[in-house]
Amino acid sequence: MALADFFKKKNSGDVAKDRLKFVLVSDRANCSPEVMEKIKNDIINVISKYMEIDAEGLDIQITQTESENNNGTVPALYANIPIKELHHSSGR
Amino acid sequence: MSEVIVITSGKGGVGKTTTTANVGTGLAQLNKKVVLIDTDIGLRNLDVVMGLENRIVYNLVDVVEGNCRIKQALIKDKKYPDLALLPSAQTRDKTSVTPEQMKKLTDELREEFDYILLDCPAGIEQGFQNAIAGADRALVVTTPEVSAIRDADRIIGLLEAHEIKQTQLIVNRLRMDMVKRGDMMTVDDVCEILAIKLIGVVPDDEQIVISTNQGEPLVGTDAMAGKAYANICKRLLGEEVPFLDLDKKENVFTKLASLFK
Repeated sequence: MALADFFKKKNSGDVAKDRLKFVLVSDRANCSPEVMEKIKNDIINVISKYMEIDAEGLDIQITQTESENNNGTVPALYANIPIKELHHSSGR
Repeated sequence: MSEVIVITSGKGGVGKTTTTANVGTGLAQLNKKVVLIDTDIGLRNLDVVMGLENRIVYNLVDVVEGNCRIKQALIKDKKYPDLALLPSAQTRDKTSVTPEQMKKLTDELREEFDYILLDCPAGIEQGFQNAIAGADRALVVTTPEVSAIRDADRIIGLLEAHEIKQTQLIVNRLRMDMVKRGDMMTVDDVCEILAIKLIGVVPDDEQIVISTNQGEPLVGTDAMAGKAYANICKRLLGEEVPFLDLDKKENVFTKLASLFK
């Protein structure tokens, strides 16, 4: 094997597998990027009622996670919502 | 007890028709009564792959519309008298047949045959719905490529939704040389992603092209793909057959021997 191969990135077979896994998660959950964008906007609207969030930094995605009942991996909606400031005045 | 098996894939060009022809012929070689139905209305091909294109008189749509009896439309195979083909119609479209009509047809054929194999069209529209309507069991064909696997995943979901009891996977056109250098997904990768039971692995084999050119299925010959199909047939009958070692290099002697055959 040439030395250059050693420094090369991942094999294309592995790249294919990783890309497929990612695309199938959203295929199976019936969540196209358009739907995800809608969910994201709705989340921003709901949370914004209670606290100030960084809408730009908000990230949601569907991932696989270990199920709590030990029956393998299950899909999960993951959301990372950076909070800028809590609304002290909102009464809660 | 007879079984209705649909061969499907979602994506086109992955080998559904070749698989149908070879599995059907292989089952006939195992002394089963088999009928192959080409459900790809408008784009029929199973007849040419089987080498029976010159014998077509009536077709699937004729049967469904009552223009002829089933027996009149069935074409007997050249080599195996217990193997028959019901060709598709070339000049009609998918809406000429309904899922209910297909189910009725397959149920009638159950009385006569042990295995009814349905060659499904590509896609997930009416042609697919027709093909799976009467099926007990499905063989999903895929190649180790992202597009084919993604479509297979979609098909598997749809088969589940239609409560097809048994769905098994055929990984077609595997290239061991590419797998070895990491440029093709392995069979394990594909099985892990699709999460259904594997029933066969067919190597990419130029003999398939040659046999299709001649209109004679490869199953039963010494070619790697021919052996792979023969094994799939035995597994369909419930036999435990180990998977072929596709890595084996042909040595000079076997090459020589095949020259003299």
